[in-house]
Amino acid sequence: MKGLGLLGWLLVAVLSMGAAADPSERLADPAMEARAKALFPEIRCMVCQNESIDDSQADLAVDLRKIVREEVAAGRSDTEVRTYLVQRYGEYVMLKPAFSLTNAALWVTPFAIVFLGLLAFFGLKRSSPDQGQETALTSEEQALLRKLRASEVE
Amino acid sequence: MIIEIGAFCLILSLILSVAQVGLSVIGRVRRSAVFYGAGEGAAGAAFLMVLIGFAALMYAFITSDFSVANVAANSHSAKPMLYKVAGVWGSHEGSMLLWCLALTGFGAIVALMARGLPAAMKSVVVASQGSLGVLFLAYTVFASNPFMRLLQPPVEGRSLNPLLQDPALAFHPPFLYGGYVGFSIVFSFAIAALIEGRVDAAWARWVRPWSLAAWSLLTVGITLGAFWAYYELGWGGWWFWDPVENASFMPWLIGTALLHSAVVTEKRGALPGWTVFLALGSFTFSMLGAFLVRSGVLTSVHAFAVDPERGILLLTILGLAAGTGFGLFAWRAPKLAPGGLFAPISREGALVINNLILSAATVTVLLGTLYPLIKEALTGQSLSVGTPYFNLTFAPLMALAFLVLPIGPLLSWKRGDGLGALQRLWAAAGLAMAVGLLVLWIQKPTHAAAAVGMGLGVWLIIGVVVEIAERIHLGRASLAEVRRRLGGLPRGAWGMSLAHAGLGVFTLGACFETAYKIEAAQALTINQSLAVGTYQVQLSDVVAANGPNYIAERGLVTVTKNGKPVCEAKPERRFYPANSQTTSEVALCLEGLDDVYLVLGERRVGSESQPAWLVRAYWNPLARLIFLGPLLMALGGAVSISDRRLRFAAPRRAAEAGPVAVPAE
Repeated sequence: MKGLGLLGWLLVAVLSMGAAADPSERLADPAMEARAKALFPEIRCMVCQNESIDDSQADLAVDLRKIVREEVAAGRSDTEVRTYLVQRYGEYVMLKPAFSLTNAALWVTPFAIVFLGLLAFFGLKRSSPDQGQETALTSEEQALLRKLRASEVE
Repeated sequence: MIIEIGAFCLILSLILSVAQVGLSVIGRVRRSAVFYGAGEGAAGAAFLMVLIGFAALMYAFITSDFSVANVAANSHSAKPMLYKVAGVWGSHEGSMLLWCLALTGFGAIVALMARGLPAAMKSVVVASQGSLGVLFLAYTVFASNPFMRLLQPPVEGRSLNPLLQDPALAFHPPFLYGGYVGFSIVFSFAIAALIEGRVDAAWARWVRPWSLAAWSLLTVGITLGAFWAYYELGWGGWWFWDPVENASFMPWLIGTALLHSAVVTEKRGALPGWTVFLALGSFTFSMLGAFLVRSGVLTSVHAFAVDPERGILLLTILGLAAGTGFGLFAWRAPKLAPGGLFAPISREGALVINNLILSAATVTVLLGTLYPLIKEALTGQSLSVGTPYFNLTFAPLMALAFLVLPIGPLLSWKRGDGLGALQRLWAAAGLAMAVGLLVLWIQKPTHAAAAVGMGLGVWLIIGVVVEIAERIHLGRASLAEVRRRLGGLPRGAWGMSLAHAGLGVFTLGACFETAYKIEAAQALTINQSLAVGTYQVQLSDVVAANGPNYIAERGLVTVTKNGKPVCEAKPERRFYPANSQTTSEVALCLEGLDDVYLVLGERRVGSESQPAWLVRAYWNPLARLIFLGPLLMALGGAVSISDRRLRFAAPRRAAEAGPVAVPAE
């Protein structure tokens, strides 16, 4: 029953999804507006402390939103809009650094650490004489173990 | 006069800290109980002096004594009392004093209350804590003294940044600093372990309450900060991957790794070097955080008390403390006895993977935070590293960690049965997959990540249930036996389960809110309304609502759902003349675990030249889980500390009472 309630709730949520932007800024075409809106979180409001133009009410953010909407309305693709902004304002405007060779250290390091770490962990463990170091228990030790186990069960 | 007493006590605490170091070191060299005791006494006295200094500064804030430069710069006579008190730690100088208060306070607790420790090791801990005290107190006295007087006191103060005048933010620094500085004790224990050449189960047990306490406080502190950002900054976001947030998040991640690695050292004696390394790392990252926040090297929405020159000094302190710690580590760690062996598929193995991923995650956050600086220094080009970067790097790493998490507790130590653990988790896996697919089916494919996230949240929560069921032999033993086992579960186990479940709750809430939140904005004249999701939001009236130190417009907003009233909200738009700053006071309507989030914007001219206000409304489903989850995690930490096997004196008391008193594991 609870699952059904959740499902209904989700459907309502999806169907009533609306635009959030200031109505005076919005584009008439909902598909284009959605595309523009999806681009906003990637673009930095450069005079703000550390906000995307999606979050900021600063004048520059308003201007940048306008530029993005105009570009989208003029039929540019997402990539073209990004390239245009980078040409105009420099790499600093994009909150997502480019996947370039110079940024390789930034993008690769996180995964390299995990990959090499796992390799080292499983590799070293396999090659270490783990099994060899364990010797069989003496009969006294086995008796002690039986005793301990018996006391744990009760 | 009271201010001068405060200044005097602060200087005295510095001298006492020097004495604390000297006496403890002499005590350790001569193995003299008299010097041990003297060092411990000095630690207690140093704390008392900082406490008096802190009280004196608080007095100056409460009485609005603007002849004190710090009060004049950060307070205002018309400010509400809560924010006068909170103003004590709202500035650079005051927050450093709070830092010193916590540092000496924790030092005093160890010196005067920890009784189970061997005297030699304790003296090294006290000496190390004293050295940190000397560094930070010297910085406070000479470079950041909050007791400086002004020759010509102003009539009125410049007031605290209005964004900081908020209950969540008033309590946020004490928790945060408790966490940051709590790791200093862990750092000192690591120094002592390296000097004494002893990292064993007993050591891990002494450290554990401290790392748990610091971690829990930091968790609460970060959560309060996130909650503050959520409703104070006015656009419904709660985490921005902002440098200041990252600065508090890095010690948390390393602290989390430390908690898990310390378990291995405590139960199995394994990974001693790594645990000590993390213990040093957690406080190093705390100090790095203090430096990043205050030096102004990074731009941030939260940056406060920025001062580049003092930043250099903080960097020097960081270098000295961390350099000594890690230098000692490089020298002494190779001599530590290696711990017990274990197969890759085992409880230890799972915890190693946890540590590996958490370390990689910490490096990711560090790299993302500092990369713009590095790049600019090397190539002169500036670039930004923002949320999209962390979504693509940090999030997948966490997904991997969450995937492994429920399996770990089901594996046995030394050599585990991986397949068996997975078999026991099939229900959790099935449910998680079902949730993920359901979300994918309903949602647009662009939100595939949210589907994965929600699946993982369910996986974590059900994983905890399975783990508890396994521990109490549910379905395998008689009801009486199950009940007996349930009662016998140690609090440490409950703590772990709570923390893991809290993580699941958070993940579920965060992904759900991100995927399904609905936003609407419209310029409304009086009695017009807008729809957000299934809610109708009507602007009934806008009235003037002036506070003690601001003037404001207050919207009276009626929220209804299907014609039934839900709540009357009162969002405000405030103007603080003392700072000439405008802020929005968001109104939150709590609907179960959801929020209807309302912001009153600027006044405009609407239809028929009626005045209209830009009203933003957000429906944030399950948003409260985002803050409830971390609180559950912190509660888990607290429950775990209360486990009587982990108390300071527990090992000795247990030894005195004989083996009978030791509970069966």
